Amino acid sequence: MSEGIMQADQLPELTGNTPDLFSKFDDTIKLRENLLASGVEDPFSLVMEKVLSPTRAICNGRDTILLGTYNYMGMTFDPDVIDAGQRALADFGSGTTGSRVLNGTYQGHRECEDALREFYGMEHAMVFSTGYQANLGIISTIAGKGDYVVLDIDSHASIWDGCAMGNAEIVPFKHNDIVAMEKRLKRIPEGAGKLVVLEGVYSMLGDVAPLKEMVKVAKDNGAMVLVDEAHSMGFIGENGRGVVEAAGVMDDVDFIIGTFSKSVGTVGGFCVSNHPKFEIMRLVCRPYVFTASLPPSVVATAATSIRKLMTARDKREHLWKNSRRLHSGLTELGFKLGTDEPQSAIVAVIMPDLEKGAAMWSALLTEGLYVNLARPPATPANMTLLRCSLCALHSDEEVETILGMFERAGKMVGII
Amino acid sequence: MDRAEVDTRIRSIIEPFNKKGVAITEDTTFAGDLEFDSLTVMDFVAEIEDEFDVIISMNQQAEIEKYGQLVDAVHDLVSS
Repeated sequence: MSEGIMQADQLPELTGNTPDLFSKFDDTIKLRENLLASGVEDPFSLVMEKVLSPTRAICNGRDTILLGTYNYMGMTFDPDVIDAGQRALADFGSGTTGSRVLNGTYQGHRECEDALREFYGMEHAMVFSTGYQANLGIISTIAGKGDYVVLDIDSHASIWDGCAMGNAEIVPFKHNDIVAMEKRLKRIPEGAGKLVVLEGVYSMLGDVAPLKEMVKVAKDNGAMVLVDEAHSMGFIGENGRGVVEAAGVMDDVDFIIGTFSKSVGTVGGFCVSNHPKFEIMRLVCRPYVFTASLPPSVVATAATSIRKLMTARDKREHLWKNSRRLHSGLTELGFKLGTDEPQSAIVAVIMPDLEKGAAMWSALLTEGLYVNLARPPATPANMTLLRCSLCALHSDEEVETILGMFERAGKMVGII
Repeated sequence: MDRAEVDTRIRSIIEPFNKKGVAITEDTTFAGDLEFDSLTVMDFVAEIEDEFDVIISMNQQAEIEKYGQLVDAVHDLVSS
C-alpha cells in the first residue's frame, strides 16, 4: 500500500533551469499545509469505512450522521433499487465496455431514458455517464461559434467548463439578477443564437432562481433556455420535477439537465427536451460519444429510483419539514445562514473565514456529524461555507441531535 | 464617441475599484498592477457594459490585460 496519498505535498527544490509544471499549484499546496498545521483533520481526504444507511456511516472510525451527501431522497439503500441493480449485474455483467453509440446501449439504458421521459413528461431523454458530462456536452455542442451563452455568475463548474469547451461568446450576469440578465440579452447582436443557462437550486447557498421571471425574459428575447435541476429533482415541485415545475415554466424550458448522483442515489447525468431535432445530439455531442456508457447495474438502479420518486410525496413533505427545522434551529442558535428562509434541502452555514470553518468542520466531525466544507474559489464572494444537505430519511430526532452538535461545536470554536 | 471620451469615462468607473490608488497608464495591468480578482473583474466589467451599453464577453476579456487595451476594445465596440 502506498503512503503517498497520506502525505501533504512537499514544495520541491528547483534544480537547473527546468520549469516545474507543478509550481503553479504552490499557493494551493501552502494553503493546505497551513490548514493541516493548525491541527484540524483534513477536510478533503475523509474516508467512509462503512456506510450504514443513507444517513449514517463510519467515518475515520466514528459513527457519523451524514448531513452533506446530497442523498436528498435517501434512495441509496432502497430495497427495490438494490434488487434491480443486483439483477442487472447478474444478467448483464459489470460493465458495457463501450460508447452509447457503439456497443454501450443495453436494454437498461433505454428503460432508464423511458423512465426520465415519463418523469418529466418530455419527448426526449439522453443519459450521460455523469451529470458533469451532461452539462459539458450539451452546452459546448449546441452553442457554437457566433452564438451567445448568457449565464448566472454562480453557475456550477460543469456549466463553466461546458462554456470553455465550446466556441460561443460567454456572457455572465450577476447572480439571480433579472435586470442584469435582460440587459445583456438585449445587447446581443441581431441574428445571433442565444442560450440562457440557469440552475433551479444553486448548490452553494441553497437558494432558488426566480425562474418564472427569468424564463419569460429569456423567451421574450428569443433565447433558448437550459435549466440545471441537479439539486431539486425528486424534491421540489408537485411531481418532483424541480424548480421549473414549481415556477410553472415546464413548457417554456428547452432543456433540463440533471444528475443521478443526488436524489436518484447512484451516478450518471441526463438531458431531457422537447426539441424536435434533439436525437441528433447522440451523434454530435462528444462527451456522450467518446466515453463508455454507464454499467447495467447503475442504469437499472437509476430507472427504478426515478419511477419511485414520481410518487414519493410523503418523503418530499418530510424533507421540507427537516429543512425548515434545521434552518430555524440554526438561526435561533445564532448561526449566519446562506438564505433568510429555507428554499431547498441545502442549508449553508456561513463561516467567518477558512480557518474557523475548518475548525468548525473538524469539531462537528468529532461530534459525529459530517457536513461539506466549501471554500473559495468554488464559493460565491470568497465565502467559506459549511453546507448541510438534508435527507428525507433523517428522523425528527436526528435533526434535533444535529442541532445539539452544532451548538456545542459552535461554542467550542467561538462562532456563536 | 472618440477614444479620449471613452478613456475619461472608464477612468471615472475604475476609481472605486482602484483601492491602492495606482496611477493608471495605458500599460497598467488589471491582474498585476491593480490586483483585480475574478469577482472584481466581473463587477467592473458589468459597470462598463452598462455605461456604454455594450457586451464584453469573457472571450474578449481574456484578450484584455492592460488598461489601454480595454479603452481600445470599448472604443471599437461603441464605434461599430
